Amino acid sequence: MAASAATYKERQFLAVIGDEDSVTGLLLAGIGHVTEPPASQRNFLVVDSKTETSEIERAFQNFTQERKDIAVLLINQHIAERIRHSVDAFADPFPAVLEIPSKDHPYDPEKDSVLKRVRRLFGE
Amino acid sequence: MSGAVGREAVFPTRQSLGLMKNKLKGAEIGHSLLKRKSEALTKRFRDITRRIDEAKQKMGRVMQIAAFSLAEVSYAVGGDIGYQIQESAKQARFRVRTKQENISGVLLPTFESYTQEGVNDFGLTGLGKGGQQIQRCRETYARAVETLVELASLQTAFLILDEVIKVVNRRVNAIEHVIIPRTENTIKCLYRLLRVSLAQANHSEDINSELDELDREEFYRLKKVSGKKKRDVAAADAEILAARQKAEEEQAANPNAPAATATATAPAILAEEETTDVLGEQEDNDVIF
Repeated sequence: MAASAATYKERQFLAVIGDEDSVTGLLLAGIGHVTEPPASQRNFLVVDSKTETSEIERAFQNFTQERKDIAVLLINQHIAERIRHSVDAFADPFPAVLEIPSKDHPYDPEKDSVLKRVRRLFGE
Repeated sequence: MSGAVGREAVFPTRQSLGLMKNKLKGAEIGHSLLKRKSEALTKRFRDITRRIDEAKQKMGRVMQIAAFSLAEVSYAVGGDIGYQIQESAKQARFRVRTKQENISGVLLPTFESYTQEGVNDFGLTGLGKGGQQIQRCRETYARAVETLVELASLQTAFLILDEVIKVVNRRVNAIEHVIIPRTENTIKCLYRLLRVSLAQANHSEDINSELDELDREEFYRLKKVSGKKKRDVAAADAEILAARQKAEEEQAANPNAPAATATATAPAILAEEETTDVLGEQEDNDVIF
């Protein structure tokens, strides 16, 4: 059902999990935010070939479940592919999880969890 | 069909027949309203899915252009600026706020992007060289993020609408296939029962008088029970009194020897009396209905 106002009134930031180029570009656009010092938290995670899947998983859970100030979570599609089960299992309206293409990995609509649902609904 | 859905458990009276008729009317109105709501939502839903498809394609193009402009930056700066950017990000300049849109009673949130004025974390980035490229890259990425935010609100609306439509359709089906047939069935049954009762009892106008009689019987039964309980309490009291009198007589007959026993038995009797009194009270509580 429609979420109550309190659940998304204070959601005003975007978060990103991506490779270095995507994160750099999005930070240049000005979405980067670090919370107040005592529990300093960044709203972005740079993933490279050495990053553990468990770390991506933890960041995804943190951005989707724990932090209440994130409205949209952007995640590179090839990274979403690594934690596909979590991305597919996440069905809440907030925050909106958006799969974005990266420089090295062109966008493939077949893998997107939302587009998959769209396709299924129209029986294609 | 009618056998499968059963009927509601109601007394066969004219009053409940009227209630059932009203219920049927209400269910029909509700059904048509919900059906219309579902259609409006579905229309909107199809519109949104189409736009999501378009927006996703557009996003692919926009992100490509943005990536290209970032490549230009690293060429102009002549090195990797990623680390510097990550370290200097402190306050978000690009933020979103959520607004609500009302689609036939369903509140759909939409994201709207805005820039927080007076926040600039990257004032010194590209000061040496490539400042122009960086500026252009920032603008390109800001436009790309706007597209992304638009897509995010479409996607959120998609998820919420999907769920709401499911719920509404479930209700429509429940009314159409369960509530309406069952109510119709109940009305049919009530008609039949009322007609039978009229035929059986010519003197009674309808089944109401029969029910009144049942009520009277029940009242009489309760009265009878309370009378019996009162009588039992009175009998118990009389017994205790008799026992006490007997004890006193015994004491009067030989005052010396069983004095100790008398003093011993007296409190026992008193205690017994108290307990019976307590019991009597409880019974009284029961008697008062």
